[in-house]
Amino acid sequence: MSYTVDLGVKGAELIEEVLKAYPEKSAKRRAKHLNVHEEGKSDCDVKSNIKSLPGVMTIRGCAYAGSKGVVWGPIKDMIHISHGPVGCGQYSWASRRNYYIGTTGIDSFGTMQFTSDFQEKDIVFGGDKKLEKIMDEIQELFPLNKGISVQSECPIGLIGDDIEAVSKKKSKEYDGKTIVPVRCEGFRGVSQSLGHHIANDAIRDFVFDKTDPNKNEFTGTPYDVAIIGDYNIGGDAWSSRILLEEMGLRVIAQWSGDGSIAELENSPKAKLNILHCYRSMNYISRHMEEKYGIPWVEYNFFGPSKIEESLRKIASFFDDSIKEKTEAVIAKYRALTDAVIAKYKPRLQGKRVMLFVGGLRPRHVIGAYEDLGMEVVGTGYEFGHNDDYQRTTHYVKDGTLIYDDVTGYEFEKFVEAVQPDLVGSGIKEKYVFQKMGVPFRQMHSWDYSGPYHGYDGFAIFARDMDMAINSPVWALTKTPWKKVA
Amino acid sequence: MAALRQIAFYGKGGIGKSTTSQNTLAALAEMGQKILIVGCDPKADSTRLILHAKAQDTVLSLAAEAGSVEDLELEDVMKVGYRDIRCVESGGPEPGVGCAGRGVITSINFLEENGAYDGADYVSYDVLGDVVCGGFAMPIRENKAQEIYIVMSGEMMAMYAANNISKGVLKYANSGGVRLGGLVCNERQTDKELELAEALAGMLGTKLIHFVPRDNIVQHAELRRMTVLEYAPESKQAEEYRQLAQKIHANAGNGTIPTPITMDQLEDLLMDFGIMKKEDESLIGKAVA
Repeated sequence: MSYTVDLGVKGAELIEEVLKAYPEKSAKRRAKHLNVHEEGKSDCDVKSNIKSLPGVMTIRGCAYAGSKGVVWGPIKDMIHISHGPVGCGQYSWASRRNYYIGTTGIDSFGTMQFTSDFQEKDIVFGGDKKLEKIMDEIQELFPLNKGISVQSECPIGLIGDDIEAVSKKKSKEYDGKTIVPVRCEGFRGVSQSLGHHIANDAIRDFVFDKTDPNKNEFTGTPYDVAIIGDYNIGGDAWSSRILLEEMGLRVIAQWSGDGSIAELENSPKAKLNILHCYRSMNYISRHMEEKYGIPWVEYNFFGPSKIEESLRKIASFFDDSIKEKTEAVIAKYRALTDAVIAKYKPRLQGKRVMLFVGGLRPRHVIGAYEDLGMEVVGTGYEFGHNDDYQRTTHYVKDGTLIYDDVTGYEFEKFVEAVQPDLVGSGIKEKYVFQKMGVPFRQMHSWDYSGPYHGYDGFAIFARDMDMAINSPVWALTKTPWKKVA
Repeated sequence: MAALRQIAFYGKGGIGKSTTSQNTLAALAEMGQKILIVGCDPKADSTRLILHAKAQDTVLSLAAEAGSVEDLELEDVMKVGYRDIRCVESGGPEPGVGCAGRGVITSINFLEENGAYDGADYVSYDVLGDVVCGGFAMPIRENKAQEIYIVMSGEMMAMYAANNISKGVLKYANSGGVRLGGLVCNERQTDKELELAEALAGMLGTKLIHFVPRDNIVQHAELRRMTVLEYAPESKQAEEYRQLAQKIHANAGNGTIPTPITMDQLEDLLMDFGIMKKEDESLIGKAVA
């Protein structure tokens, strides 16, 4: 296939032009992160997972964000202490819209904020005693909590607090309660990505290795699967779970959207781990494969084409009864997707999209846009690694603009030159582009909408993209006295 | 009233910084100078000879008790001792926890904000032996101590430390205006100690301001938690400290920007004085046969 996307400009020249604004050394370093994809190459040929340049506006987060915000935060029946000064916890309060079922403050704590609120004296004298006290208070005020995690903010690592010793002591005091010290200090690593890895390792060391495998009553079936790397943003995991259950599978765990500590503990008993967000949870999937022999498979539940492909791929690990039901599921939803496509494709056909998201969606959502007749002409990851860019080649077309850890300046210039019909990125980018007159959707939080996963999610996705692009408001952003040439 | 002089004593751990500084400051007080001592060592032993106390309540321990440093009043932390010398100890965590460096920064800011320096002729900072992090460099940063006195001896490691401290002074000399006031040699009775100290001072671009001879009377006074000036004011040793005090008093504005030397230069110096033999590679790292 030698289809080339319509960038509207010459990609290589655009990159060269944009790099001119930098000092020589910076331009040389940034040049390695920017490229125009060539069909047939085995990766996107950009450098990734490297420290951002000082002085640029990077879109990245920190290790604490990766651990507390992404991996641990959604585990609903545990209390996650933002350990350190108040700001980190305060500004990550209420999670990433990881929906959950439960009674907040009683048996679920997802949208609450717990922090040790470090003061000067805690820095000088250390915060271990305060941490012990917080754990005691948590036990007393929230007796139905099923575990505690300590999410380290920067100062914890600087002053050498021994959160491991405190966790161990308190765990013993509370009859072996799961208490997990997480060394996710924000200064570690180059982005939130290391925080995901550290958080995965903490689950391995403090949940898997410290829990009696028979702690929970559990009767296995041959069809047990665990959803890994779905954070249930706007209900994503729920609209995915429906399909898996209709296929005849039993979902024994959700990692970690609407997930519980018992689900994590039971996961080593799964027959297959199905992995959505590869970037943030490939580590634990590989570990479970190595230690418990559980195979894992990546899947993609954005848009009917990829859903169909993924459902069949998952079914291929099971017997014919599952495969048959899978075909039935695909057939059952065809009417729905056909109707969605019939309604929205004529309104979205040929529209061009530029994306910049975290570690998965820059490639995963491309299929959903294509199902609607749209075209992704530029994409890039905040914190992807080389293996993500390799996987991206299966999604992007020849000529697609690739930008790793894009800077605020570069992104603005790229969009200005390419003039896409839609930009999909985060809250920090949203208003910049809307003020440029370019329609925008937040692709981290689904812009307070969702779910976007599964067939149900696709219908919402299509509606939202149409709403953004075809809103009459954009006609009013053109200067009326300037005739369009 | 003359402008406030802010001085600091640095030097290798155990070299006698606190003893030398308290005796010297007692002598300055005798000259009618109004003194404030700020101890910047978590051990909080910089004021014991002046106060006749084991250790005074520190800014940080009282702050921790009260909730925060903002809850403290100056009177809570300041004690008055021999010849009305005012004393404050910054304090800090027990060894192995927390961040003592941040503690020093917190206490010095508190003292400044609450006017602890008002009416003083001298503020003297007594800092722990090794400048292990930015917090312990606080007294030599902008608007703090202008003159640094390095207490040293003829021992190799004390000289090594003196050179390192000079590097720290140099770092802040251009941004903050701190100067090296001079070296104070606290005699250890090593070979050619005076000459060596003078030579080192020359190489560092400063001077040996005083050579304090060793005298057991210092120990006798210390056991009574007193300075020699108070315990035996007529003694020869008390006179030595008076001389040092006078030299420091006359040294205002004479500080220099130090010229630290390399390890090789330091070793050459020791060889020149015959303290160290020409390096015999075959001996390095060999145990007794």
